[in-house]
Amino acid sequence: MTWIDQLTPLAQFALFSAIKIICVFSVLMFIVAYAVWVERKVSAAIQDRHGPNRVGIFGLLQPAADAVKAFLKEDFTPGHVRKVYFWLAPAIVMIPSLLTVAIIPFGSRLGAQKMVIADLNVGILYTFGIVSLGVYGIVLAGYAANSKYPFLGGIRSTAQMISYEIAMGMSVIPIFLLVGSLNLGQVIEYQTGNVFHWLIFKQPLAFGIFLAAMFAETNRLPFDLPESEQELAGGYNVEYSSIKFALFFMGEYAAMTAASAMMVTLFLGGWTLPIAGLDQPAQTIGIGLLQIGVFLAKMLFVEFMVIWVRWMWPRFRYDQLMDLGWRRFIPLALANIVATAVVLWGVAK
Amino acid sequence: MKIGVEHYLTVSIILFCLGLLGVIVRRNLLVIYLSLELMLNAANLALVAFSRFNNDLDGQVFVFFVITVAAAEVAVGLALIVALYRKRRTAHVEDLTLMKL
Amino acid sequence: MAQLPDILFYVFAFLTLACGFLVVLNPFSTNPVTSAMFLVLTIGSLAGLFVLLHAFFLAAVQILVYAGAVMVLFLFVIMLLDLPAEERRKVKKAGLVLGLISVGAILTIMLQSLLQSSFSSEAAPTLEGSTIPLGRLLFTQYLLPFEIISVLLLVAMVGVILLSKKDLK
Repeated sequence: MTWIDQLTPLAQFALFSAIKIICVFSVLMFIVAYAVWVERKVSAAIQDRHGPNRVGIFGLLQPAADAVKAFLKEDFTPGHVRKVYFWLAPAIVMIPSLLTVAIIPFGSRLGAQKMVIADLNVGILYTFGIVSLGVYGIVLAGYAANSKYPFLGGIRSTAQMISYEIAMGMSVIPIFLLVGSLNLGQVIEYQTGNVFHWLIFKQPLAFGIFLAAMFAETNRLPFDLPESEQELAGGYNVEYSSIKFALFFMGEYAAMTAASAMMVTLFLGGWTLPIAGLDQPAQTIGIGLLQIGVFLAKMLFVEFMVIWVRWMWPRFRYDQLMDLGWRRFIPLALANIVATAVVLWGVAK
Repeated sequence: MKIGVEHYLTVSIILFCLGLLGVIVRRNLLVIYLSLELMLNAANLALVAFSRFNNDLDGQVFVFFVITVAAAEVAVGLALIVALYRKRRTAHVEDLTLMKL
Repeated sequence: MAQLPDILFYVFAFLTLACGFLVVLNPFSTNPVTSAMFLVLTIGSLAGLFVLLHAFFLAAVQILVYAGAVMVLFLFVIMLLDLPAEERRKVKKAGLVLGLISVGAILTIMLQSLLQSSFSSEAAPTLEGSTIPLGRLLFTQYLLPFEIISVLLLVAMVGVILLSKKDLK
């Protein structure tokens, strides 16, 4: 590995960043593809069906078959749409979730390299900034379609995402009061040592609000009002077909994966495990890989839970959704901030 | 040439003038409002640049306040535009000439 | 050889000004939604300039508040009020000429004054706009303005709710 040492620090940084970006991107895309498969299998099990079982053993090649189908179908653009936005919207949908995973520490280190693409000291603010951009893809899709059901879906999603963003942002403030830093690496460091140091046990209320807001932000049931098939005939993506529709579909699962990763980092201890010294930065490559495995396992567990909820819960009514967001979660989150601050102040005294 | 405060100020001035041009030229209330936001952002850039090159955080605090005021201003302004639209069915300044004799 | 931050400055400055121009005078479309989307891009590039000025917190707040909340509100209202007739109205020639003249005069005055002033640029800037010093300043020296601004937000909220009541008399 001498040629790597001969590079300038900038070139080394660029090289390692590029490798990390490629790895994270491919893992994310793989998870997105198989999350669809898991979703169909889980729904089948819950509804006492078989689910996909024709392509490969257990239907394991189904994602590949779906991708081929999406590419080969006719890419139809209806005559009445606003063309530029119609093309732009599916591309925008993917971007926020890809940008979110950039700051999530998915492992401690391999060799001298930290396992995070960008170690920002305003990490969480950056995440919320990016998450708040997620609404554009859906709004533009609704606007581009130039017909009433997609437009209603777009308007609904704007209101829903703005409302739950506030609850989401408020719910994590107590965490940063406890940790004393906005950096996600330090949030994980704070949760080492004992399983009860995980913030899910220290801040159960914040966890609950964050969990609900996560469902609302990713437009998953029980809060999938922007799409709701029965009322809006599919919502913002009615006019889309073939690969453009597939991009919306992938965008939803990518957002779900990014949100699960965020939840693991904030509340479930990230890549740490309080046994066998797995909560200290790794000294060897093997431990480093194991910690990445721990992170992935936790993330997939959260994602499985999100999928499970979808097939167990009915959809909320729109007024119930707004009522829950504004009149329950936001006051609760505010109370939680005050309570945490008072306790911290008392301890400091 | 090293990038100094004057470079940032040039960008800020041009951006401010673009916003001003928009306010003068465009006739849609909403676009005029967008141009106003452009002017506020130009001022923010100048404040942050001064703050950085004078080693003084006060400029950044001001930007924080400007962003907050801008958010409040946009909310009230848009509510006014919606109320106006309900009464007059237009968001176009040339159709809103009630004061003209 | 030029340094990386310098190159990035020119990239972001160009993006800011180009998108800013397209907000105001887009030759291809007078659709307000297009203007709003270009304003989002302008705000994003400005956040890039903030990062180059080491104002990380403000860059994040810029994206979070401006791009994420204020502009979404704009889009919301533009879409609600959207009328097909509004898109087709052209910018008036006389207004454009007069506007260009007056704005050109102001631009000249400002750039002239910028050229005449001198900036001492020997000392390299060391300020880091990180969160903790900014927060400390906000809650000590600027506590009163901070409290006033929170009251302002409350007043704005009450005003907006009152204004958007349907039976406003």
